[in-house]
Amino acid sequence: MGFRYVSQEIVIQAKNLDLTFETNDGPVHALKDINLDIHKGDFVSFIGPSGCGKTTFLRTIAALEHPTSGSITVNGMTAEEARKKRAYGYVFQAAGLYPWRTIRGNIKLPLEIMGFSKAEQEKHVNYVLELVDLKGFGKKYPWQLSGGMQQRASIARALAFDADILLMDEPFGALDEIVRDHLNEQLLELWERTHKTIAFVTHSIPEAVYLSTKIVVMSPRPGRIADVIESPLPRERPLDIRDTPEFLEIAHRVREGLRAGHAYDE
Amino acid sequence: MMRNLFPILTVVTAIMVIWYASSVGMNSKWTYDQAARADTEVSFTDVVADTWAQERPVLPAPHQVVAELYKSTVQKKISSKRSLVFHGWITLSATLLGFIFGTGMGILLAVGIVHNRAMDMGVMPWAIASQTIPILAIAPMIVVVMSTAGATDFLGKGAATAIFGYQPAFMKGLLPKAVIAAYLSFFPVVVGMVKGLRSPDNMQLDLLKTYNASKWRTFWSLRLPASMPYLFTSLKIGMAAALVGAIVSELSASPLRGLGARMLTGSYYGQTIQIWAALFAAATLAATLVGIIGWIQRRTLKKMGMAP
Repeated sequence: MGFRYVSQEIVIQAKNLDLTFETNDGPVHALKDINLDIHKGDFVSFIGPSGCGKTTFLRTIAALEHPTSGSITVNGMTAEEARKKRAYGYVFQAAGLYPWRTIRGNIKLPLEIMGFSKAEQEKHVNYVLELVDLKGFGKKYPWQLSGGMQQRASIARALAFDADILLMDEPFGALDEIVRDHLNEQLLELWERTHKTIAFVTHSIPEAVYLSTKIVVMSPRPGRIADVIESPLPRERPLDIRDTPEFLEIAHRVREGLRAGHAYDE
Repeated sequence: MMRNLFPILTVVTAIMVIWYASSVGMNSKWTYDQAARADTEVSFTDVVADTWAQERPVLPAPHQVVAELYKSTVQKKISSKRSLVFHGWITLSATLLGFIFGTGMGILLAVGIVHNRAMDMGVMPWAIASQTIPILAIAPMIVVVMSTAGATDFLGKGAATAIFGYQPAFMKGLLPKAVIAAYLSFFPVVVGMVKGLRSPDNMQLDLLKTYNASKWRTFWSLRLPASMPYLFTSLKIGMAAALVGAIVSELSASPLRGLGARMLTGSYYGQTIQIWAALFAAATLAATLVGIIGWIQRRTLKKMGMAP
């Protein structure tokens, strides 16, 4: 089971990427000199303290922010072109489901916008509902579901149109530890089944180490990459892998990277 | 039900007590004057009985208003010029037409303001300025201008006769009244709808951006449904404002008809009971109209899944 889907094909590539926000208090250097390759099938986590630019970088991949200089390509196109081709599904910190649509209706939203036929819509919705373990909840309204279930529905929505890339911005940040463990397990299973490339922003070290094939440690002011760790953990990961020496060793290295970033700051 | 009934009854009873007492206080001067003129002594019970039964009291007692309401609705033919149902219908037709104009206008302006920066900067100050002008000042001008232009009837006598065989009373002089009602009712709808259409947060707008959704899509799928609770709240305020506009317009419109006209003629001839009856008819009308919108609101939001 040690086989990995990670290939040599680069799907996301950042080169000398800089991003500066102009604010009333003067320019804020959000990202500085980011160089990163993400391969097809990778599960990449971005971890760092707040203000390190991890979310900004994810938004830059999604073309919701635009680099000041340098370049970013997604599937060989500019990020903007990739957005217009609907190359990725994006999961936000909050589920953000429409209260006036049922769970099915919410998951259908991107499919309606992208002009899928009615039959295709049904097929896709059924598939992703099953994928996130929400079969039988399609007719419910969001307020009838728990926070964890809502977030799963929002993941289903991002998966519905079957983009190859899944961008996730602290999707489990607002959930409690037990629900979070469960969803992490499910997410790995989902990744295994769908072979998607996942970029995942988090501020939890165990979450990053548990999920990722590659961990990008970032540090703030200006936001930059402090360390990139290729995880030696096997693809098959039961939750108790978190007690193994290998796991603790990677977690230690992540923590070192974060600390180095902070020391620079003070 | 019982839990609601008790506080309501308490308040109503308190109002009744205060009202009857005030009636005695305000009307007794006339009773004493009459007695002094006739050179007779009056006992306190005589005074109380008289103050609650005068023909032109300063403040009519509640039962007098109720009696007048009964007399002018149930006991009069609805086509009679003395029927409150007749006058209520005249006011209602102006209110509803104005409400439809005003709401339509308000929604269109709000959509423009949300989608167009020039309109955002340009329209809102004028909308606010329009509401600072006293309606009492502008209403007669609208009536005069529209009368001069010959645009007062909803359907002219000729057109109405061709369709109905006669010109229904409410159509005569309807347009200026509806315009004034619309003038008051569009504003709460603009303000409420702008807020409602802007209620989706950045995250929800970003989500649609990741789908590369068009502006039209964003409006139709996100902004419009999100604005519904705001819309209904503004519709309630807009409806009440339209009624006020219709009543105010009737003070200067011709022919002299409607609840506003009843209040005006009542004040000309010192018919205080008639004024109060018209006042209560207007309040009942407003409560009913706002209640109907509230009912539609509950039904709609429930159907949309936005309310349990």
